Formats: sequence, structure tokens, C-alpha cells
Amino acid sequence: MSASSSSLVVQVRGVKKSFGTNRVLDGIDLDVRKGEVVVVIGPSGSGKTTLLRCINLLETYDEGSIQVDGVEVGYHDGPGGTRQPRGDRELSHIRADIGMVFQLFNLFPHLTARENVMLGLRKVRGRSAAEAKQIAEQWLSRVGLGDKLDSLPSQLSGGQQQRVGIARAVAMDPKVLLLDEITSALDPELVGEVLTVVQELARDGMTMIVVTHEMTFARDVGTRIVFMDGARIQMQGTPREVLSASGHERLKAFLARIEMKHH
Amino acid sequence: MLYAIQSLPFLWEGLLITLKVSTLVVVLSLIAGVILGIGIVYGPRWLYWPIRIYSDFLRGIPLLVLIFFIYYALPLIGVNFTNIMSVVVALSAFEAAHIIEVVRGAIQSIHRGQNEAAKAIGLRFTQRLLYVIAPQAIRRFLPPWINAVVDTVKGSALVSLVGIVDLTLAIQQVIGRTYIPMPLYILGAIMYFVINYILSSASRTLEARFAYIRE
Repeated sequence: MSASSSSLVVQVRGVKKSFGTNRVLDGIDLDVRKGEVVVVIGPSGSGKTTLLRCINLLETYDEGSIQVDGVEVGYHDGPGGTRQPRGDRELSHIRADIGMVFQLFNLFPHLTARENVMLGLRKVRGRSAAEAKQIAEQWLSRVGLGDKLDSLPSQLSGGQQQRVGIARAVAMDPKVLLLDEITSALDPELVGEVLTVVQELARDGMTMIVVTHEMTFARDVGTRIVFMDGARIQMQGTPREVLSASGHERLKAFLARIEMKHH
Repeated sequence: MLYAIQSLPFLWEGLLITLKVSTLVVVLSLIAGVILGIGIVYGPRWLYWPIRIYSDFLRGIPLLVLIFFIYYALPLIGVNFTNIMSVVVALSAFEAAHIIEVVRGAIQSIHRGQNEAAKAIGLRFTQRLLYVIAPQAIRRFLPPWINAVVDTVKGSALVSLVGIVDLTLAIQQVIGRTYIPMPLYILGAIMYFVINYILSSASRTLEARFAYIRE
């Protein structure tokens, strides 16, 4: 069965990972279908960011399988059913189809907003300079930065930088977009402009996995919420199911803590 | 005094030797230092330790000892360099050891998020290095590297120890004939200063050129 026919974009099976003796992922199973917006919530240290980073192999996983569009991310089959870590070239190829937006933006400070978006289009997608420029400008306009094309990251506000970060990721036309606490480093008044952009992407059918503490966003934009705690997925379901938290003590406790922080 | 002026062409020959040795050493040490510096940051473990030991050892011995070792000791095991090449090799090896550390520091000063962002858009290792890491690291590389270049120009005076007439030895020989040390030493000092001042100025221009990050 090919992944495209079942519209399964990301398939995580039994993934385990430890940092030293500290187990951060303890048997994670997760399916993400095309067009879904899966919001991952949970206390810090619950493994949600690590899970996200395993999906494009910024972290390796020790056991289990992660497939994106039917392709195992971290390993290819070696002789005799063993699995071999993928090399840099293979990984780059796979990562090009997985967009990621970072908590600290990670824009390239020596490049303008437009050049930040163009770099992957030119060097990875092999677009001509003119094509790359056009696509970059199109996306930067869509995130409301049509007048900031030639600005360096240092000349932009946090919210603007993060919108460049989103444009840089989506311009590559990824199969799935990973958002890693993308508003956590922003001043509160700048959170809205970034989440609005994400909301529009969701409306246009972008498949996303979102790690966030923004419960309002989780409720309004998420098609599914996944609650992680203690290196495991404790519960998942529609926003209504999860946020009502009926009968799940750890989730209830977590939501209560979040509530207290925000009011 | 007239005699000193008549000796200028002779000093000029010495200056050319100084510049030749310096240029050769700067180029060789830059190539070796950058390659080994990248190796020590990104290379596998079996590569790390040899480079680490090389860098620490060479930085820990006097340059003079290194020159004498290459000039006098290596021929005993059948490795022969001409006198000028033995100094070029010694200086290059010595400066390369410093450049390894400069490269390492420059690369490691770049936030690791930069490499991750470059990976995330699918850039391969060499592309990440070329388009993301190097343009940022060069800013931090330049000032200490120019220092190393200035050190090289000054250190090239050590070629006189193995009998090559560079600027320093040329001055001493002219003094030996004229017995007027002061003007000649001052002239020599000015020549070294002019070379190094030009280098430092070029460095400042380059640094300004790469100062795109306003923190």
C-alpha cells in the first residue's frame, strides 16, 4: 500500500529515543494524514519537541520507524535486513520535503528576507534566479512582508522574522510542515500576526504538526490534539475531546497549569 | 649616509625575500589550516585526535625550535628541504596550527540553529558550509587571521637564521659594512610597519564589508 493512496503523510511507529539514560520518547505511534493540523501539547520535557525534530532527523531515533510520504526518514535497508543510517545526501533530499519553522526563527542573518527564502529554491530545488525570486516574493507578500523583501533579519521584528521563517519553509512546497513552538520567543503582541499566517496555511490545506502552548490556537486551528507526557502520547482526539479532558488526570493537571499561566 | 642609500637595492632584494616567504606561508597555512579546522569541527573521531594533537603540539613549541628541527634534524631521517623551504614549511606548519583554532572558534561561534535551519531546507553539507556557515564565520575568522598574517611577516625574519638574506639580514649586513646602525634599523622597522599596516587596514575594510549583523 503506498502512502499517497491512503493519504498518510507521516507515519510514526514505536519510536524510542534516549538521551543517555533519560528516555525522552518511549514508544510513540502517530499518523498524520494529508491536510491535517496535528497540535502536540504537553509539559516541557514531555518529548514533544524531540518527536518533531526526529521527523526531519535533526535528532536521530533509536528504535521504531518514521516514514514521511512512505519513505523511512532515518535509515535505509542494509544487507540482511539490517538498517543503515542515511547519509547526508539522502537525508538532504528527504528534508527538502519536510518544512520546519523554529522557535528562535534561525533566519540566515547575512541574507535578506528574499534571499532567505530563495536559498533553498535555488540550491535544493534548482530553480533559476528569476523563478526563485518570484516564488520568494509571492510567499513573502502572502505573509504580509511584501514591503520587507530587502530587509535583513536584524532589521525585522520578531514577528516579522518568524513570518519570513514560515515563508522560507513553505516556499519549498513541503509535504508536511513542522512548527516548533514558533511563538514562544515572541512578545505577546506579536503572537497574533504569526498565528494568523499559520491559520491561513491550515485553511489552504497544508499538512502540519504543531508543537505549541497556545491553547486557543490548538482549539481553533487543530484538527487533532495530541497530549504528550512522560515520553508518551497519553491521549489524542479532536480539540473538543482533548480539551474537555474528562477522566484524564495528567491532562487535567496540565491544562490547569496552562490556564493559570495565561490568566 | 650615502653608503646607506647606495645599499637600498640590496635592502630591496631582502624585502622581496621577506614578501615571498610571507606570501607562500600565508597561502599554505591558510589552505592547510582551513581544511584541518573544518576537519576538527565536522570530521569523524579518528580525524579529531590527530588534528588536536598536531595543533596543540605545534602551538606549544617555539617557532625557532621548529625551524631548527626541520632544517637540522629532518635530514637525518632523509627528509631534505632547501634552507628557504625548511623555513617556509616550519612557518606554514606553525601558522596552520593557529589557523585551525581560529577556524574552529569561528565555526563554533555560529549558533547551531543556523546549521539546523540549513538542514531543514535540504541543503547538503558542503552547501550548508558554503552558503550558511562560512559567510557568517568569516567575520569572526578575519581579525585573528590577519593577526596571524602579521605574525608571519614578522616571523619570516627567522629565515636569516638559516643564512637567507631577507630584509632583516640585509639590514644587518649593511650595518656591518657602514657602521651606521640607527638609520638602517629605523628604515627596516618602517618597512615592516608599512607592510603590516597595509594588512591591518585591509583587514578593517574587510571586516566592515562583512559586518552585516547589527546586534
